[in-house]
Amino acid sequence: MTLMKQFLGAAATLALTAGVATAEPAIIFDLGGKFDKSFNEAAFNGAERWAQETGGTYKELEMQDEAQREQALRRLAEAGSNPVVMTGFAFGDALSKVAPDFPDTKFAIIDMVVDAPNVKSVVFNEHEGSYLVGMMAGLASKTGTVGFIGGMDIPLIRKFGCGYAQGVKAVNPDATVVLNMTGTTPAAWNDPVKGAELAKGQKAQGADVIYAAAGGTGVGVLQAAADEGILSIGVDSNQNYMHPGKVLTSMLKRVDNAVYEAFKEGTNLTPGINVMGLANDGVGYAMDENNASLVTPEMQAAVDEAAAKIKSGELVVHDYMSDNTCPAATF
Amino acid sequence: MDYATLLQILDSTIRLATPLLFACLAGLYSERAGIFDIGLEGKMLMAAMSSASVAFLTGSVWAGLMAGILASMLMAGIHGVASITFRGNQLISGVALNFVASGITVLVAQRLFGQGGRTPPLEGEARFNPITLPFAEELQGVPILGPLYYEVISGHSLLVYIAVLTVPLTWWILFRTRFGLRLRAVGENPAAVDTAGISVVGLRFAAVAITGILCGLAGAYMATALQAGFGREMTAGRGYIALAALIFAKWRPVAALWACLLFGFFQALALRPDVVQAVVQVKIPVPFLDALPYVLTVLVLAGFVGKAIPPRAGGEPYVKER
Repeated sequence: MTLMKQFLGAAATLALTAGVATAEPAIIFDLGGKFDKSFNEAAFNGAERWAQETGGTYKELEMQDEAQREQALRRLAEAGSNPVVMTGFAFGDALSKVAPDFPDTKFAIIDMVVDAPNVKSVVFNEHEGSYLVGMMAGLASKTGTVGFIGGMDIPLIRKFGCGYAQGVKAVNPDATVVLNMTGTTPAAWNDPVKGAELAKGQKAQGADVIYAAAGGTGVGVLQAAADEGILSIGVDSNQNYMHPGKVLTSMLKRVDNAVYEAFKEGTNLTPGINVMGLANDGVGYAMDENNASLVTPEMQAAVDEAAAKIKSGELVVHDYMSDNTCPAATF
Repeated sequence: MDYATLLQILDSTIRLATPLLFACLAGLYSERAGIFDIGLEGKMLMAAMSSASVAFLTGSVWAGLMAGILASMLMAGIHGVASITFRGNQLISGVALNFVASGITVLVAQRLFGQGGRTPPLEGEARFNPITLPFAEELQGVPILGPLYYEVISGHSLLVYIAVLTVPLTWWILFRTRFGLRLRAVGENPAAVDTAGISVVGLRFAAVAITGILCGLAGAYMATALQAGFGREMTAGRGYIALAALIFAKWRPVAALWACLLFGFFQALALRPDVVQAVVQVKIPVPFLDALPYVLTVLVLAGFVGKAIPPRAGGEPYVKER
């Protein structure tokens, strides 16, 4: 009997430790896929950094279609993952349904605000980062025409385009900004062929610097720009290395930092809205050996000056999502 | 709209129409022989992945092209075995193969390169580069025709010209050779062909094999000429647009060329909403332009623009004796 008790006790302890061990964080990637060289890959890098530093493990899941979102969230929450981090605005609806059902699980959503007591919403001031790369585009352009290619036509992507257009106009008020969106469905994040054709079309309209904010579609934009001998600007991750000497810079959105922080806080994740902007290194532009020859010291000085002004609040970049209008461009 | 803009749109039209044309002619051979093939998309995807992978590994675009054609023919072979030998439902076999291709391409590319189902970018000899046709530079100064020749007709990759040449070749094969006559007959009345002592199964397999070759060219064009590598689901529904073009063209090769060019033109227009707005003075939503090929196809099917009659024995497995 005592032996039985001991066994039971041992089994219970095992079960308990197992329970603690499964409280590992989880991350869900959006339709662009974990290796989109952009948004989702940045999130993946953040998670990997956390895993390497702490030696911990995490669960991951890649969305294959729209219908899986809610189910995926419930699965991970039921399996005891905590916190559950998801990348992308599209999880907003699903999360606002699921979050109240799992009050003890913490969730973090990137690019979207979900108002629930156990949800941390991380949003970025993409317009600030886009403003800076817009300035660089305006300064680097010889034709006075620059381009912007967005992925799916949603307010968030217009926010990128609007900040970019403002930056271009700040250094060259007469400049033309050609704006295109790839599509209106999530497939627009993954159509490199269409991205390349859009880039060629913009080049025909005179654009010699093109900013792609289009996830996997951007790969095609950068490729076409390199083929056509014009400059491109990457997005989210540092994409300068993809075509060395042909990518002017990349608008960095530190999704990796957001994921890393969320994983680090673990179950003590602080709910609420967390805005990552220039001031707290949430956005920025990429400089490395691949684009060193393209960016002159004057360009960098001008951009850094503007960055300092934005940080201090002296310069305010208009946020498209605040009133759905843009002073520098029409969509 | 000025002339230069028109040329740019036509240039884009040709690039976008080429994969449609290959796939459309592929479908034409198969359906004329009585085998419906909804799996054009999947074959293109397989070919795109195989050609990009092999071109990267060997550094030769020709090796890549061969691999793409072989992969596509393998898929076509499976479709043939399922629908000809085992008399399965042709639509279900095609849909199943599309799903298989969608998954297996990402799986294989991930296993080979570990870049999330993408193949590494191709450079130099591993890609079909644009070729300048003779005298394009010299004739550029000729008014109107010079720029048309230089901008629109010259400067595409080799596969584009092969695609265009495939159209008269297909016409000749179908309507001027014994093989073509039998192929068409087997799609209309296989029993008559069988009575004449010709193998229905053999003819249908030959048609399906040609479909495989052409889909292979379509996929290889997308991955090694239009783009410099394979990406997940990169065909983005072009196999289905090609099927729509096939119906629109009423299963005729020359009409298929025009249908694909028209659909390519709509796709190119959708990329330039500013031009459309300037011409018609009204803002037309881009999704409407994207949907136009399908709208037109429905109109044709509904009998508003002539009558589309598919091959009579299409979709039905041939049973020799009941």
